[in-house]
Amino acid sequence: MADAGNKESATIGGDEFTNTELENNKNNTMVQEGSTLLRRMEISVAEAEKRTGKNTVNMQEIFTVYLIETRSIDAITEGHNPAPDSLWRRYSEFEILRNYLLVTYPFIVVPPLPEKRAEFVWHKLSADNMDPDFVERRRVGLENFLLRVASHSVLSNDKILYHFLTEEHRWKEVVYETGFQAKADSRIKALSATFRVKNPDKRFTEMKHYSDELQSLTSQLLRVRARVADRLYGVYKVHGNYGRVFSEWSALEKEMGDGLQSAGHHMDAYAASVDDILEEEEHYADQLKEYLFYAEALRAVCRKHELTQYELEMASSDLISKKQQREELATGMVRTFSFKGMTNKLFGQETPEQREAKLSLLEEQIVQGEETVTEKTVECEEYVKGAWVDMQRFKEQKDRDLREALIGYAIMQISMCKKGIQVWTNAKECFHKM
Amino acid sequence: MSRTIDAVVSPTQTNTIPADISGQMLDLDEDDDLEVFSKDSTLAEGSMFNASMQTSPGSMVNQCKFEEDEEGDSKDIFITVDNPESHVTAIETFITYRVLTKTTRSEFDNSEYEVRRRYQDFLWLKGKLEEAHSTLIVHPLPEKFVVKGMVERFNGDFIETRRKALHKFLNRIADHPILSCSEDFKVFLSAQAWELTTYKKQGPGFLSRMGETVRAVANSVRGVKNRPEEFNAIQEYVEDFSNKISSLDKVTQRIVKEQKEYLEELKEYGPTYTLWSGSEEELAEQLKGVAGCIERCCKETEEQVGHLSDTLVPVLHEYVLCAETLKAVLRRRDNIQAEFEAKNEALATKKVDRDTESSDLGFVWGSLLGKNPEEARHQRQERLDGEIEELKEEIDKLEDRVEWANNALKGDWGRWQRSMRGDLKSAFLSTAEKNVDYYEKCLAVWETFLLSQRTEPSEETDRDNTP
Repeated sequence: MADAGNKESATIGGDEFTNTELENNKNNTMVQEGSTLLRRMEISVAEAEKRTGKNTVNMQEIFTVYLIETRSIDAITEGHNPAPDSLWRRYSEFEILRNYLLVTYPFIVVPPLPEKRAEFVWHKLSADNMDPDFVERRRVGLENFLLRVASHSVLSNDKILYHFLTEEHRWKEVVYETGFQAKADSRIKALSATFRVKNPDKRFTEMKHYSDELQSLTSQLLRVRARVADRLYGVYKVHGNYGRVFSEWSALEKEMGDGLQSAGHHMDAYAASVDDILEEEEHYADQLKEYLFYAEALRAVCRKHELTQYELEMASSDLISKKQQREELATGMVRTFSFKGMTNKLFGQETPEQREAKLSLLEEQIVQGEETVTEKTVECEEYVKGAWVDMQRFKEQKDRDLREALIGYAIMQISMCKKGIQVWTNAKECFHKM
Repeated sequence: MSRTIDAVVSPTQTNTIPADISGQMLDLDEDDDLEVFSKDSTLAEGSMFNASMQTSPGSMVNQCKFEEDEEGDSKDIFITVDNPESHVTAIETFITYRVLTKTTRSEFDNSEYEVRRRYQDFLWLKGKLEEAHSTLIVHPLPEKFVVKGMVERFNGDFIETRRKALHKFLNRIADHPILSCSEDFKVFLSAQAWELTTYKKQGPGFLSRMGETVRAVANSVRGVKNRPEEFNAIQEYVEDFSNKISSLDKVTQRIVKEQKEYLEELKEYGPTYTLWSGSEEELAEQLKGVAGCIERCCKETEEQVGHLSDTLVPVLHEYVLCAETLKAVLRRRDNIQAEFEAKNEALATKKVDRDTESSDLGFVWGSLLGKNPEEARHQRQERLDGEIEELKEEIDKLEDRVEWANNALKGDWGRWQRSMRGDLKSAFLSTAEKNVDYYEKCLAVWETFLLSQRTEPSEETDRDNTP
């Protein structure tokens, strides 16, 4: 495993970002400055490409790979300007990385990946995963994911993460070797814990409710926004017909011809302007989507707490019942109903040897049980501590990011209004000339 | 320079007709009127105002010149249509509109009239005007029945739309130098309901009107042979214009529809932010702020759609109807010419007949019955000569008629084009202005919000920093 921070490259590389990519990357500023890995290393997801290959059932498939580029910040500040190291990863590998992080750091609200399939689509927007706009937005989303992870005080120190960023080959083997998949909690276990836990930390219960609300509210907002976008698209595009008819009509008229003709051009411009407007809005939608998916991560942290709490409770009650059993055996008094007790009454009690054996077994179990309870208690307390810290961090990040997003949205609306004013003022001038 | 028509009706007032003439009594010297009238005896007989008769073309053209400008300062008649009211009788329910007229014209006994008219009355007026001036362009009436998709709610909007169109219809006639002199027009504006009913019953009876219709159909079937080039050009233009204006009408209605659907979605959008604000602490204010902005934009959008529906849609629809009117006018002109051509052909045939020694049936019979062939031939010649003379007279009249029809149309064509340009230009201008206004208002809404969010301007530069 290569040491962090020793990467240096000699050649000079150039930035090949297109304008849209630069714009998109600007929106990835929602990460904390000055935190661990990101302080040492510049990370970006620079490009996307199509590849063909054989999938697991040996059939040809087309998939997209993303270029991850990294550069050591030290090298840059020393003025070397080295070429970035790079490797290609596909979306499924990002998924594996994230699942690994989820299992390994269950108390952390792990940043989400961009959506696997396009959802909240409005009619013009393609639901096709191969669509270049979708791929571009995904590239931005993946970069955002890496930046968030690499700037997280806990996650950024992970070796697997570092390996993911720096070594193309054998990463999958290495990550599977950690055995993280086995450590994952089964769904059933988690669900039953949620139902049966008796004393979860109230704050976590509240946070869980909040995560449910966040999820349903943002998804509702995104759905309506998509419908609004669809309608707006319709309104603008129909104006393109004005362009066509004005142009045809201007051929008939003498005095009005010029005015009509140029007005028609402005109508065409108006109709065309909606494409850019809505593309920008998709970025806003993506920012909201990130928090839609974050809600799920937040809920997972709360559920994990419920699970650890439940396990603690189970261990405690198990210990208590074992102690009770010991007491019963020792004193011969039956406090609680049991079949053993009944059969004993009916068919006679056991021999003293049997009782002795049972007692010593119980003692062992009790000792173990007490250890378990202590462990679990510590585990639970530590979990609560760690999780609470990260949930607070998440909350602050969320408030900051969403605030920025809303401001960005207002700026988009302002820009849209300004464009509208310009087009219609121009059209007005043309109508004057009629 | 005032219009000639003004000189006829109010010789003491030239350019200084005040805008508000309510209460101003007509102060004209009867003799002055007659002086002008006496230039042409037909006018003195008042035939100019008898619209139930085909007026003499010559007098019309001479007396009623088409002037370039018809601006407000020479306007001497003001009409408003308002106050729709529902009337319920045993047989039917109908709406009447109040028609208020204020005028200084001398042919009106009073300066102010208030009558109630129903749609049927307007239809009657239009019919009479078209009958009397078949090649003048009469502004269209709103449609009899609701066109699907044009008006949504039957009562409120429909009546208001119709009222506005009726108002425009009457004012266009009032602005027209010839049409506004029509006696039917005067009666329409001034007669009480029962007077109007009586008046309507006069005029050519059913049979003669049928005759007219039959002739018109026959003429249109016959077709016109030598349409003058300028009318061909007008015909072509009207065809194209009709297509274009119909397209614009459809496009505009589609825009209204899309805009309304957009508005519906927008109305649901704001509340999603409000709802979310209920779950947030730090963000609550901001989310509510965004919701508020969206709601205000909703109001502006509603206003903008309303403006479009009230201003642009009716005008475009009017001109769709105008295009049909123009086609009808061109057809009528063609028919007049066709009739003339037909009579000319008949004359030529008759002349040929007279000049050839043909063995027509009458001659044969006559000889069979023992008539003297010389006498018969002579009788035939005389008869034909008589018929030819009759035909020639008719043809002269028809020729006049064609000339007058053509001139009327030519004159009115220019006038119509100017109106059309003016109307459409102002409708589109108004729409563009409203749209600018709409975006400006929305801009203000969002800028206010943004201002409330910015604690310091340097926040914006933070966004430019990349990690």
